[in-house]
Amino acid sequence: MAKITYIEHAGTEHTVDVKPGLSVMEGAVKNNVPGIDADCGGACACATCHVYVDAAWQEKTGKSSAMEESMLDFAENVEPNSRLSCQIKVTDELDGLVVRLPENQH
Amino acid sequence: MNSHVVILGAGHAGGTAAALLRQYGFEGPITLIGEEPIPPYQRPPLSKAWLKGEADADSLALKPLEFYADHNIDFRPNIRGVALDRAAKTVSLSDGSSVSYDSLIIATGARAIALPIAGADLDGVMFLRTAADAELLKSTVGPGKRLAVVGGGYIGLEVAASGRALGAEVVVLERESRLLARVACEALSTFFKAYHEKHGVTFELGASVTGFVGEGGHVTGVTLADGRTMACDAVVVGVGATPNDEIATAAGLETARGVVVDLEARTSDPAIFAIGDVAHRPMPIYDRMFRMESVPNALEQAKQAASAITGRAAPAGEVPWQWSDQYDLKLQIAGYPFDTDEVLVRGDPASGKFSVFHLKGDLVQAVEAINSPPDFMMGKQLILGRRPVSKARLADPSISMKEVAA
Repeated sequence: MAKITYIEHAGTEHTVDVKPGLSVMEGAVKNNVPGIDADCGGACACATCHVYVDAAWQEKTGKSSAMEESMLDFAENVEPNSRLSCQIKVTDELDGLVVRLPENQH
Repeated sequence: MNSHVVILGAGHAGGTAAALLRQYGFEGPITLIGEEPIPPYQRPPLSKAWLKGEADADSLALKPLEFYADHNIDFRPNIRGVALDRAAKTVSLSDGSSVSYDSLIIATGARAIALPIAGADLDGVMFLRTAADAELLKSTVGPGKRLAVVGGGYIGLEVAASGRALGAEVVVLERESRLLARVACEALSTFFKAYHEKHGVTFELGASVTGFVGEGGHVTGVTLADGRTMACDAVVVGVGATPNDEIATAAGLETARGVVVDLEARTSDPAIFAIGDVAHRPMPIYDRMFRMESVPNALEQAKQAASAITGRAAPAGEVPWQWSDQYDLKLQIAGYPFDTDEVLVRGDPASGKFSVFHLKGDLVQAVEAINSPPDFMMGKQLILGRRPVSKARLADPSISMKEVAA
């Protein structure tokens, strides 16, 4: 299990245990963490699971694919550390990961 | 906030409504009544990743089973509503019991349309709606098997692609003269047909299926009006769905091929909501009402109903959208091509990366984007914003979508 902390835009923190193999998006959705809509269920088709990865974790979470980049390019409030959380696979290495959520998902 | 909410139907819409009510702070009892044996799950992967063995049951589930007990949601599987007494505010259930509600959410979905033809009840003639359907299909289709798909819509094409990935021979039988006839333009129909043919799928267009033949109770062929019999080991019938609105109609709620609701997902009875595939709902950007079968629609209406019940502001207006994955193609569709006078293709279909814009004057009404996320994402914003675009610039893929919309 990896502990992942999701911080809502308003500051509320949710720390949950996520099984390796799931995505960071699935960890939020299955634990009813608000702020990640994930309309498409992880098909990289909607950009409604946008998160900001804490600087300390950017290397370990890896790089986004071309498809993810081109979806993110049109999301709102995109920052250099923006990712689609459905494209980040949870591994034991990500135990302690912190991600922040944008104000809204589009 | 302590009233009892009963949700009839534990699909994507019903399951999401239950979870959102808790997210929005609703503290009263919630009863979630589902016809299937398992808690709410995602249906889209059934014809895609799941069928190909790339997703398991855990990843299909919207929430783990314990979620419901942990959040004081009484999830009751294997049961359905049979009658609704609006005066007494009770629902009679298929096990003979009944349940009282203060607010009722009808999320009974839609069911696959069956063909009223000979042999339709043979083993091996299947639908693809539920996880059980998908399990059966997966156990039937494999290398060397011959799969006949009746209906060249999105479900049929996704099953065809997954069938090929599993090594089966696949023939798609479509009544119309082109694929996706009800839901997509000709450019897209042509593209998909060629792409599937390249992957070994064969098509019979204008083919009227008259029956199924079998041996020992199992299907062995599909008969066509022209007299031919197409030999097969399994059949998937994907010819559309019809809303499960009978319980609402019988109770005197207003229905119109779906339960009629307002922008809060409320029916003609203020204590009753209807969401998802079963609802006939207003869509302000097109100034009309219609029924949609898509996950984004189910989620949107779950938000509307949960917001109304908890006194939250209604969600902001949305652009309906959907997606389909076939082979290495990602199709993303935003909007519906209502009232359009022009179809504009951006990019070269031969490149496998293009999109089709549906215009009403210089307003974008809908876009179908193949492997072109920017066209989809910006198209969605253009549809919502009702901002006029230059057709010449839109048609020129060397001008980025951001520049087109600027």
